[in-house]
Amino acid sequence: MSAPRPALETATMVRAGEESAVDVLEHHLAVIEAGEDAVHAFNLVLADQARAQARAVDAAVAAGDDPGPLAGVPVALKDNLCTRGVPTTCSSRILDGWCPPYDATVVTRLAAAGAVVIGKTNMDEFAMGSSTETSASGPTRNPYDTSRVPGGSSGGSAAAVAAGFAPLALGSDTGGSIRQPAALCGVVGMKPTYGTVSRYGLVAFASSLDQIGPFAHTVADAALLFDVIGGHDPLDSTSLHRPTPRVLSVLDDGVDGMTVGVLTEFLDGAAPDVAARVHQAADALAAAGARIEEVSVPEVTLGLSAYYLIAPGEASSNLARYDGVRYGLRVDAEDTVAMNTATRTAGFGAEVKRRIMLGTYVLSAGYMDAYYNQALKVRTRIIQGFAAAYARCDVLLGPTAPTTAFALGAKVDDPLTMYLSDVCTIPSNLAGHPAISVPFGPGDDGLPVGVQLLGPALSEGTLFQVAAAVEAAAPDLPAPRITTGAAS
Amino acid sequence: MDQPARLTREDVAHVAALARLHLSDEELDTFTHQLASVLDHAADVSSLDLTGVEPTAHAMAVTNVLRTDEPAPCLDRDEVLAQAPAVEDHRFRVPRILGEAP
Repeated sequence: MSAPRPALETATMVRAGEESAVDVLEHHLAVIEAGEDAVHAFNLVLADQARAQARAVDAAVAAGDDPGPLAGVPVALKDNLCTRGVPTTCSSRILDGWCPPYDATVVTRLAAAGAVVIGKTNMDEFAMGSSTETSASGPTRNPYDTSRVPGGSSGGSAAAVAAGFAPLALGSDTGGSIRQPAALCGVVGMKPTYGTVSRYGLVAFASSLDQIGPFAHTVADAALLFDVIGGHDPLDSTSLHRPTPRVLSVLDDGVDGMTVGVLTEFLDGAAPDVAARVHQAADALAAAGARIEEVSVPEVTLGLSAYYLIAPGEASSNLARYDGVRYGLRVDAEDTVAMNTATRTAGFGAEVKRRIMLGTYVLSAGYMDAYYNQALKVRTRIIQGFAAAYARCDVLLGPTAPTTAFALGAKVDDPLTMYLSDVCTIPSNLAGHPAISVPFGPGDDGLPVGVQLLGPALSEGTLFQVAAAVEAAAPDLPAPRITTGAAS
Repeated sequence: MDQPARLTREDVAHVAALARLHLSDEELDTFTHQLASVLDHAADVSSLDLTGVEPTAHAMAVTNVLRTDEPAPCLDRDEVLAQAPAVEDHRFRVPRILGEAP
């Protein structure tokens, strides 16, 4: 199949009246029809609502109005982004059938930009997982090899873009949940600086770490989507009161004179074929005019442990709201405490229970100083370690994930092994920094490898600039098998 | 820092009760083993001497945000209540609360 048409091109054509939003949508619905049974990227395909949105875009164009920069572009939403009147499940039984009474700010911004919401994508339950296998609606499969996982937790969004179901998708990234599945599915995925994209209407997992970000086939399309969703929002008290970097306009600025640090700690645990791709990307950046340095940030090796103390701690508090009283599942019992317990016991899956209990434990009297408070201090150390590196380097380069996509079922019974999938992505969340994963050819097994670029807070412009240079030098990646014969 | 004692089955039963989760005997065994292995890994953090290091709860400095005290539309009450498992007289209805276990 030919490469999917970029969202930028589609929006330009729809705005100019050269192609109808309805035709664009119907093409993607047909691709979904052909491939979704094998992939299971979606919890819900919103065909009727999407058709109405596409018709409205076409009507605006016909009336001489500009629908906006995403005119007629189908976008898939991770199912933890609230959509008013439309089920939002977080792939959990406890929210089965819940229809939020409001839209997330990113959903409002997509609509204002002329986008068409094509569906809600599958995810690890409450975004807790690295393989989309903890979903109550069953796993998503990697479009490159349906015996492999797509990564997680935003595995449905990554797979939807990889399979050609939608040119763009949104996910959320708490410890790597956008970047790791992007790497495993061969697409671009980006986690913004904490506070640049509103979390209003993102169902909370770990509030000091969660950020919404884009998935796309190309760096330019990810930039287009980031420019639409970013910016201050009074509805999110952690939304930054600073200008959000605009990124689409800087993509062609090159890397001449920049210093790129190859992060040695991330390479230490990477598979040889993944590490080789990182070195190849570094060589390409050198050829494009960047200075390459080896950089060590020893503190990042503490990230995994710190994260698995902090994130469950925050989650145990955030998920206390699922009590069977106001929304979602209720399992009746003789009194309220028994009802709370029966509801949560039936409604949460094993991974969510593990993290709630771990979080409750590390926050409990007698253990908080040894675990949670220590982790917060390690967080300070990680921020200091990055600051020292960024005094010398504009960006850091490393793998996104230690390996290519692993087999379904391979790690699901061993939580600690599964958690190690996030070892290269977690430090950016702890520091609040942006990072982007860019596909960089196949590994030895033919499956996609992602290389990751990390930058300091609000360095999105530089990150996208370097990402564009990495993309330009990336070895070809074959198209995923699942879409063979399905594309028009 | 002094290392806390290793997680026990009783600890897990205790936090499950605090978190309003009921675990079977088999789940208690499995979760105790799995959570203990995560906490063993966390010894690299818990064993560090971090005296004098300030904790970071939020990577970006956050301050409390107040809006001006002016009436503005909020969520529609009926739309909110329509999502509740049980409602009576425009209120969330729950089973009895008094007399419950502590």
